[in-house]
Formats: sequence, structure tokens, C-alpha cells
Amino acid sequence: MPIQTPFHQRTSEHNKNLDWKDWGGYFASNSYNVVNDFEYYAFRHSAGLIDVTPLFKYKVTGKDATLFLSRLIVKDISKLKLNQATYCCWCDDRGMVIDDGTVMYFAENEYFVTAADPSYSWFSRFIKKLDVKIEDVTDTICALALQGPTSRDILKNVCDADIDSLKFFWTTSAKGDGFEFKISRTGYTGDLGYELWVKNADAIKLFDALWHAGQNYNIRMSGIAALDIARIEAGLVMNGVDYHSSLHALIPEQMSTPYELGLGWAVNLDRDPFMGQKALKAEKKNGSKWATVGIDIDWPDLEELYKKHGLPPHTDAGAWRTSIPVYHPQNKTKQIGYATSGTWSPLLKKNIALVTIQKEYAKPGTEVNFEVTVEHHREKVRAIVGKPQFFNPKRKRSIVKKENNE
Amino acid sequence: MSKKYDAIIIGGGHNGLINAAYLAKAGKDVLVLEKRHVLGGAAVSEEVFPGYTFSVCSYVVSLFRPHIIRELNLAKHGYDIIPMDASFQPLPDGDMGLCRWGDASRTRREIARFSKKDSEVYGEFSKVMTHMAKMAKEIIDHPAPDVASINPKELSSLLRMGKVFKNMGPELLQMNTKLLTMSSADFLDLWFESEVLKGPMSVSGIIGTFLGVRSPGTAYVLLHHYMGELDGAFRSWGFSKGGTGGVSIACANAAKSFGAEIRTNVNVSHVKIKNGKATGVVLANGDEIDSKIVISNLDPNRTYLKMIGENNLESNITKEIKRFKLRGSSGKVNFALNGVPNFCKKRDGLEFMKGDIAIVPNVDYVERAYDQAKYGEFSERPYINIVVPSLTDPTLAPPGKHVMSCFVQYAPFNIKEGAENWPKLADKFGDAVQETIKEYVPDFDSLVEHRQVVTPWDLQETFGLTEGNIFQGELTLEQLLFQRPISGYAKYKTPIRGLWMSGSGTHPGGGIMGSGGELSAKSILKDKAI
Ligand SMILES: Cc1cc2nc3c(=O)[nH]c(=O)nc-3n(C[C@H](O)[C@H](O)[C@H](O)COP(=O)(O)OP(=O)(O)OC[C@H]3O[C@@H](n4cnc5c(N)ncnc54)[C@H](O)[C@@H]3O)c2cc1C
Repeated sequence: MPIQTPFHQRTSEHNKNLDWKDWGGYFASNSYNVVNDFEYYAFRHSAGLIDVTPLFKYKVTGKDATLFLSRLIVKDISKLKLNQATYCCWCDDRGMVIDDGTVMYFAENEYFVTAADPSYSWFSRFIKKLDVKIEDVTDTICALALQGPTSRDILKNVCDADIDSLKFFWTTSAKGDGFEFKISRTGYTGDLGYELWVKNADAIKLFDALWHAGQNYNIRMSGIAALDIARIEAGLVMNGVDYHSSLHALIPEQMSTPYELGLGWAVNLDRDPFMGQKALKAEKKNGSKWATVGIDIDWPDLEELYKKHGLPPHTDAGAWRTSIPVYHPQNKTKQIGYATSGTWSPLLKKNIALVTIQKEYAKPGTEVNFEVTVEHHREKVRAIVGKPQFFNPKRKRSIVKKENNE
Repeated sequence: MSKKYDAIIIGGGHNGLINAAYLAKAGKDVLVLEKRHVLGGAAVSEEVFPGYTFSVCSYVVSLFRPHIIRELNLAKHGYDIIPMDASFQPLPDGDMGLCRWGDASRTRREIARFSKKDSEVYGEFSKVMTHMAKMAKEIIDHPAPDVASINPKELSSLLRMGKVFKNMGPELLQMNTKLLTMSSADFLDLWFESEVLKGPMSVSGIIGTFLGVRSPGTAYVLLHHYMGELDGAFRSWGFSKGGTGGVSIACANAAKSFGAEIRTNVNVSHVKIKNGKATGVVLANGDEIDSKIVISNLDPNRTYLKMIGENNLESNITKEIKRFKLRGSSGKVNFALNGVPNFCKKRDGLEFMKGDIAIVPNVDYVERAYDQAKYGEFSERPYINIVVPSLTDPTLAPPGKHVMSCFVQYAPFNIKEGAENWPKLADKFGDAVQETIKEYVPDFDSLVEHRQVVTPWDLQETFGLTEGNIFQGELTLEQLLFQRPISGYAKYKTPIRGLWMSGSGTHPGGGIMGSGGELSAKSILKDKAI
């Protein structure tokens, strides 16, 4: 049975919907309200607060910590500056992705690593003779994500840190009223937002401070369902949904490389040896078999299908995570890929999906066929291939300029 | 010689800007000229008092066509709508009032306090109306067919419309006939018994008309309120981030991204006409700008009588355009508040106030409000549609403070003192609104920091809406489709070659929907006018 996070006392007060799910062994609110699209809109218009405690969290310390992480992770961690963070993934020696997460450089010889899956065992087996200590802090440090355009203003009201100049994917220490915590400008919504890391004992203090300050900025509790819509709009892939960890894959077909997942930008190939380097170099040279793309599912086509049944077009409220076949542009019976998750984008007024597709069809603008079920009938509609990132507002990276009278 | 544009658009309302975006996207050289210092026309946000941004005129968005958002990539340019979850109707004497929610079960329980029967019929009613709205959508998303024409294209478009009705089946068709002929109050009587519930539902039929909820033909306008539920919008009404001007700014940004040029503070005097053809515009300062075609985003009255001028029109056309009914009947009062105006202290939290708040305790209340208007007075106890968008969009007011928008009907343009005397009556009108609100929020006066009163006269003088009609012409049956604005010229054309129209005075009518601009631009391109 899942256990409660240190925020449960508060989140359960808000969870009017009693809609809990098991996330990494913790109770996580899937949605707080029966009608829950406001939980999504909070990310785009004001601020949504999510309990992300269930993320697996590790403290990696020791003189060789930098070397160790650089060897394990396909991104060159030794390039990180103090207080900087990075999104990254790690692979096995076949270059197949095991998990993705973030690495934050909190202090000299001290890193903070988050992961979707339990990773202690995988990391530990490579310590060998290095001066490295890995501490699983999943159960002792809890976390809230505060995401959305007003998150900066809220945070400024609860702590002493210089939030205005905190850049995208940087971190800082902060002091609130009677508690200390860490802030990273990271998140899973593709919007302006922060993740806050605090000791269990101070969980409620942090929560209450945010909630109180948030009242003037339309803060809302947001559940996992809302987060799913936002992360698909932002084109962020998810372990266990859009790909499978090579540690859990049963057959080779279930594995993916960083390039296939669209994470090629997070691979630093030419450097000292790291796990998967050889395989990834070969793939870079020879080309990948698959690609991850975003598709825009043609609305007029869909509308036409519904019209045939005398129905107004229908879209599911919320994101879906079922595998749906994608077919060849002309040969509508030839499968060339599959969607792994998708959603109606309330913002773009489009049906969008993340798709694993054969490399040759991955070019933006390619028109493919997508399977839909309309009134119990399986049909096909056109879909246009594009980048996975459907929405990328400027505010995500923006910095508040110091006032100069203007 | 100065440059000659492909098209000049007079008026930077959202329809004009959308028109510009579509034309520019098609590679045309487009210039938009707006009289005011801000873009948006009736869809405008202005910081009227320091720190407080008002949606000065229109205040909620529902009808905006989703395909325009997709085709012009408006989300990228800042189009951003926050849906409203609640619709609250406060009642006097400390009652809990009636709140309708996105959550159907919750709504059913709320309505059951007034009528158990109605609470169950409510869902059925929505279903039928959504069906009807789907049909109406077919009509809205295409130019109106020309009934007088024997051109085969027109016939096929008429046929398409006919097919829409044919496909309805007898039951819906009968419902449709009722919708087209009945009053909104009578139509609702077919379904519901609670006068409380029927109050806010019936007013949807009279917005922007000089009619009462018991006037025949008003039922049709109810449909508009169900239109927004299509296209996967889930929630029919929403706030535009930063006020309704946000929609216009997004449209302007899209137009500019395609290369359109937009100028503000440019007052157009009239259209330059040579041999019955528009060749550009003449500005109020005497300057002239040439173009291959001109598009007027102004109301039909201004377009025909000012931009073209009676001299250039046949007398029967002049007569018809003068018969086009404007008859403004509403005003706005916008408040800057130093706190939250609580419309029902008995309810927990403020969620019930994050949608619209309708002051219309029952059907008779609106009819009485109309009675006064019939004799040239503004209603002392008017129907008020209130929103406090800062509860949802904190950027509109300083932290802890709020903006509150009140749409007020009836405020007849032709007041018995004479329309030009509206400025003298503005304060009294504002007071009537404030007094009405105080019946529900007793401490309201102490919350008010600033007040902006927008009378029908202001709508005419400042926003260029003749007679203050919020839709550039009443949305009554005889002024819709092939009759909007006048028959023979319902397809965005005018009697002057090269002069087109695109505002809400054209098919399909008023509201922030973008259709006028879109359909006009598409007609122009299809016609190869440029
Ligand atoms: C008080 C009020 C409340 C409303 N509430 C809502 C609502 O809540 N929801 C909704 O959907 N709709 C609402 N409406 C209706 C909606 O706002 C309008 O139908 C819509 O904005 C009209 O857009 P448009 O582009 O067709 O025309 P307009 O917005 O009227 O644009 C015309 C433009 O032309 C400019 N202009 C005029 N004369 C000249 C000239 N000589 N030279 C240059 N420029 C000129 C004007 O300044 C204006 O910018 C409301 C309207 C009003 C007035």
C-alpha cells in the first residue's frame, strides 16, 4: 500500500475528488476536483502546486562525485557550474536509456540527483574504488513543484532568495520564515516554474507559506492528470509511458536510445569514456532507426468523421497514455509508428500526441495517418509531424531585469 | 508618390485584425488604420486607473472560432483563454443563490433547491441545445448564402444550409422552428418551471437587443450560448488573459508576423471612390492613402453613410441601411476595488465567484427592467452581468485588489432626455448600478476605489459603435444571415466595387468570434479581388 507524503495532511484537505493514485509508493493526487481542467490552466495562467515528493532523490557526495556522474550520465556533468542544474538521462552500455532525471550541483563535491525509477542499486554498482557516497534521500527530503506564470511572484513572497535573477535550470538556497529549503528553476510543465526541496520536518511550513502567499496570485493545487497535459504540450517524454527503461524492457524492441527519444541534445559524445558511449557514437554515425516526434491530429478530418454520425466532435478531457498505431502517408494499412501519449491541448485547440516513428517519416511537415475511434468505429485521420515541443512560452526562460526606473 | 497597398482595413477591432492576418498570410500587402491609441475596438484592455486593467467593453469570450486559433497560430501570439467554472446568481435576503458549475451533479443539486424537476431536465436541455448549436455552427462558419441569386454556387450553399435542417430529424426541426419564432422566456417555459433558474437563462436571448425576454424571436440568441461548448472547448465561457484586449493583441501580433502594417491614432474620414470603385482612404487630417481594395471594419451605418457617403449610394440602399436597427440598450460600469466583493457570505471560499455573477433574480425582474427602457429610461434595477476576472487573472490588479466589470442592460441609447445628454446622466446611471449591487453586497461602497461608467453614448463616441449597439447592429432574426447588413450585400461586399466589410455588422454577427474577419478575408481571396 502506498504511504503518505509529508504534505499529505494538507493535500488531503484539498483533494475534494478523493482521486489518489500510487506514484512510486506514495499517495499522489491524480486530480483534486471533479472538473479538473483548472488544475491544468493554473500552470498556464497563474500557478499550480504539485506534490512531487515521490520522485526518487539521491545525494551524491565525495571527491570523485563529478567523475562518477560524468561516467554514468550521457551528459557531461563535469561541465556544470556550481548551483547549476541539468536535465539528463543515463544509459546501459548498449546505449539504451535506463531513466531520465535532473542533476543539480548543490555544493563542491555534492550533487542532487532525481530519477523516475529507483536508481540506488544501478548507481551503486559503479562506485567501485571511487570516493563516492550515494544516499537515498527519497524518504527524508520532500518536494513541491510550483509551476506557472505567477510562481515567481509567489516564491518571492516566501523567502529571501534572489528569485528574479535565478535562471532557467539554476538552483539556490533559500530561507523562509523558520525553515530552509532549496529552489531549482526546473519542472515538468514547460512553463515558468520552480521545484522546491525541503526536509520532511519543514514540509508543512513550506506548504503553508506558499499557500498563504499564493492567495493573491490564484494558486491552485494541481494533480498528476493536469501535469500530464502540460508535459505533453511541452513535449517532455515520460519513463514508463513514452519509453521503457532498458532495465525493465522484456525485448529489445521495448528499448530506446537517447537519440530515438529526441534527447540527442543531452548527449555529450566526445569526452572521456562514459556508459553507452561506444554504442551512441556508432548510432550517431550510422543513424537511428526511430525518432520521437509530435503530431498535430487534423481537426477538420475528425470533425468530418463525427459529422458522419450526426455528432458534434468530441475530445477526451485530459491526456491519454494508450498506444495508438500511426500509418504510412499513402498506404493506410502499413504501420510506421505508434503514439505513446497524447492530449487535447486546451491552449492550442489541437489534438496532439507524442509518437515513436520510423526515422524516415520524422521530417516536420510529413503527413501521416492516425487511428481514431469514432462512435465505436476505427477510422483514420491525417496528422502532421512536427517537433515534440508544441508549446514553449518565452516566460519559461525569462529573467526579471533589475529596475532602472522603467 | 506614396506606396499603394493591396488592402487598407479601416478599424483595428479584432475582426479587422484577423482579416489583416489572413490577407497578409496570403502574401498581400495590408495596412490597418485604427482611430484610437489602442487596438481592439470593443475587445480592448486598458489600464484605466493606475494598476487596474479593465476589459472596458466586452468582458468574456466564448464564441471565438477555434479553427482561427489554429490557422493563425494564435496561441503562439498570446491568445490565452481561462475558462470559467461557475455561473452564480445571487438572490436577495441572504439566500444561498443558485450556482451552476462545470460539475453536472453539483449543478443538479443546486437547481434541486428550486425545482427537483428542473434539476433533472437541465441536462436534457443542454443536450438538445448542443445539438442545435452544432447545426448553427454550420451556418456560422460559412458566408451566408444569397437567397435572391440564381448563381449555382449560391444555390449549392443554400442547399447545404437546407441539408443542415433536413438532417435534423423531425423532433429537432420542430425545436428549431420554436427557437426561431418564440421568445426566450416562452421557450424556456417549455422545459423549466423555476422562475429563478429561468432568470439568468432567459437573458442570454436579449443581450445587445432592444427587446425583452418575452419578445418573440429572442429564443434564437440562446443558441449562441451553447456554441462555445463545441470544438472541444469543454467550457463555454472564459476570460482572456490580460482582459479581452488580449485577444486583439494576439490577432495583431499574428497579422504583424505575416507582414501586415498596423497604425493607431489614424482617423479615417472616408473612402476614396472613383467611378464607383474604392481606390483608398482619406484621413481626417486630409492625407490620402491608396490601395487596391478597402475593407471597413466599422458598423454598417458608418460604413455606408460615412465611409461611402449618401452621394455615392442609390436612394433605396440608403433607405435600407437607415432601417438597419442599432438601438443600443446596454452600458458598462467597471470598478477598481480594494478587496473582494463577496456576493454570498454563506458560501465557502470564492470559487462560486470565479465565473460570472448575474443579477437577475427571476424572469419578471428583467421584464420590469425592460418596461422602463421602453419609455426611454435606464433601468433603476437593471440586469447586471458581473465578472471579477482578477480572481482568476491576478495580472489585472495590484495584489489583493480587484477589478470588477458590470455589463448593464437596459441603458437605452435613445434616452428620453436625448442621447447627447447621456454624459450628464452617467453618474446617476453608475449610482443605480452600485445601489443594485449593494442589495447583495452591503459593504460594496467601501470597496470602491475607482469607477468607470461607459454609457451607450460613450460606446458611440469613443468606440465608434453607432447608437451604442454592442454588436454593430442588433442580433435579431431579420438582421441575420443574408439580411446582415442588407440583402444583396451580405457577402462582405458593398455597392462600391473594391469596398468590403468585415465587422460584426456582417454575417454571422456580434461577439468576439473572429468570423467576420476570417470569412471576409477568405471571400476576398476567393474572389481574387487582390
Ligand atoms: C459593452 C460591450 C460588451 C460586450 N460584451 C461582450 C462579451 O462579453 N463577449 C463577446 O463575445 N462580445 C461582447 N461584445 C461584443 C463584441 O465586443 C463585439 O461584437 C466585437 O468586439 C466587435 O469586433 P469588430 O472587430 O467586429 O468591431 P469593433 O470592435 O467595433 O471594431 C471597429 C474598430 O474601428 C475603429 N474605428 C471606428 N471608426 C474609425 C475611423 N473613422 N477610422 C479608423 N478606425 C475607426 C474603432 O475604434 C474600432 O477599433 C460586447 C460589446 C460591447 C460594446
